[in-house]
Amino acid sequence: MKIVILVKQVPEADKVAVDPETGTLIREGVASILNPYCEYALDQAAKLKKDNPELNIEVTAISMGPPQAKIALLRCLELGADKAYLLSDRKFAGSDVWATSTAIKEGIVGLEPNFDLILAGKQAIDGDTAQVPAETAEQLGVPQITYGVDVVITDKRVEVKRETETGYQILSTKMPALVTMSKGSNIRRIPSMQDVLEARKKPLKVVSADDLNIEESKVGLSASPTQVDKIFAPPAKSGGQIIDGSDPKAAARKLFDYLKENKFLRA
Amino acid sequence: MLNVDIETCIGCKICERVCPFAAIIVEPETKKAKVLEGCTLCGTCVGACPVNALSIERKAVSEEEISLYKNVFIWGEWEKKEGKKVIKNVVLELLGKGKDLAEKLGESLAVVLPGNDVGHLVPELFHHGADKVFLCEHELLEDYSTDGFTSVIASVIASEKPSIVLYGATPNGRDLAPRIAGRLALGLTADCTGLDINESRQLVQIRPAFGGNIMASILSPYTRPQMSSVRPNVFPKPEADVSKTGVLEEVEVTLKPVSIRTKIIEEIVYHEESINIEEANILVSAGRGVGSKDNLQYIEELAEAVNGTVSGSRALVDLGWLPQPQQVGQSGKTVAPTLYIALGISGAVQHLVGMTSSDTIVAINKDKEAPIFEVADFGIVGDMFEIIPEFVKIIKEEKAKKVN
Repeated sequence: MKIVILVKQVPEADKVAVDPETGTLIREGVASILNPYCEYALDQAAKLKKDNPELNIEVTAISMGPPQAKIALLRCLELGADKAYLLSDRKFAGSDVWATSTAIKEGIVGLEPNFDLILAGKQAIDGDTAQVPAETAEQLGVPQITYGVDVVITDKRVEVKRETETGYQILSTKMPALVTMSKGSNIRRIPSMQDVLEARKKPLKVVSADDLNIEESKVGLSASPTQVDKIFAPPAKSGGQIIDGSDPKAAARKLFDYLKENKFLRA
Repeated sequence: MLNVDIETCIGCKICERVCPFAAIIVEPETKKAKVLEGCTLCGTCVGACPVNALSIERKAVSEEEISLYKNVFIWGEWEKKEGKKVIKNVVLELLGKGKDLAEKLGESLAVVLPGNDVGHLVPELFHHGADKVFLCEHELLEDYSTDGFTSVIASVIASEKPSIVLYGATPNGRDLAPRIAGRLALGLTADCTGLDINESRQLVQIRPAFGGNIMASILSPYTRPQMSSVRPNVFPKPEADVSKTGVLEEVEVTLKPVSIRTKIIEEIVYHEESINIEEANILVSAGRGVGSKDNLQYIEELAEAVNGTVSGSRALVDLGWLPQPQQVGQSGKTVAPTLYIALGISGAVQHLVGMTSSDTIVAINKDKEAPIFEVADFGIVGDMFEIIPEFVKIIKEEKAKKVN
């Protein structure tokens, strides 16, 4: 059985700061990491492998990004993927959701056409749009289940526990299918020294648009229906009243007065 | 694409400095600007160039084709509450915004309402501004399914040709909208915080980029309809006008059981009347500063004292101290209560984007440099574990006074 994991390298967003004078992003020293939700997908794949030894599950990680995104794929190999492909080409630059999912679809069709299951993170922490996996599933013509927290394979079907706004539902669909993973019971693991060493021996290939016979007109900025029109600084909020709380009693009284004055406290 | 007029470029490097994407550099050898692959055509450098050496060339499209698409559509999402189907609040919020957009365009506002036995929801949609409702009823639409809802809505879009389609960025909205975009090869802008119409009658979609550090306005110039999703609580809900009616169009739906490939095996409702932080009036929210799971009792005590609901930052959810539905922020929920009390929350941008629409923000934090104070209306630099018990004591004293 073949599982494909879709992954993305993201900036460690907590640390992205803005230069107060120019209003532009300070990039120096911002580390790139594997998107945490992608790690849950990898963890789910590792679990399926362990629980279903008879299925001979092979896990392929696929990402699209600049050459340095190889580092994120190396982490996938450390976390149990058997091989990895990076779709990297200047022609992919500027791709929006549609163009990105087109490139990924072509990548899957070209590299792992006989997949049974695609696992992805529910969203990436840099954009948080949660759109690329679903558009990829649509382009591949396979069913999708989003916000999964646990996946079980039964015969030719997958059964997924899916988070809803009020609890959970158990959904079942025939493979091939795509499932996106929310956190659930999956734990982000720390690879062992042995995992790290073994990952270096696993295949990691960089693939270009030409390798996949993707026409230039189908990907990248020019194939993207959405275009960035302008970039601007968010409106600043005017400063409020900040008091010193070293005397807790006095501070608590001031807070009480403030809330009372603004009618937040019920009589 | 972004073009550099090599003759005009003076190699001043202003473009290099202003580019938010580090996608343009001045090459040391040629001393001329060069565009790199990260360019998104955002135009920041074009405006900054002192000698007008930069220009953006965009693909032209026939206006005739674009002008065939008219009217603003909204997906009428409902949910089941105690077995009854009710319209989600975000739909009413979108009706308010949608009306505004439709009026600017001189077009009408419609709701696409797929479901089984959902006709009773129609009047509420008219009352909140819909001019028309496309009622798409079928027994296979009793529950939400990706396949069923995608095919019904995509076919209404294909035949009716709206210029704009809006979706609530709820879990099911985020499941559905990209599926429709994929089917019809359309652009889709997620989690918009602002929507407007420009002088070219295009939908201007504003959303935070890079976790809210900067805002981007996004256009879909060459494709129709233009599609966006908006999170709950971003736009205000319009007042209902119960005298208003509209046109009801019943759409014939043809679906077969095989066309819905996912089956619901079980539905587990944990908390129907659960903690819904999106609808809470007062939120008492905790961050990493609480230090331990036991210390959450301080937060709960304060919440009880002010009749608030407990929420928290991603750090607490990742630690397993708080359930995910109570998470505020970019990867959690966007909230806009009348009062938001942030305790031990430093205020990372990912958290701020989820709560800055709150009417009033109160923060207690030990670190006076914490970014949360930049958005707070009332802030206390101090130890919450000392201040909260004192505050709760005052509340109790005041209540006792009243009783006496």
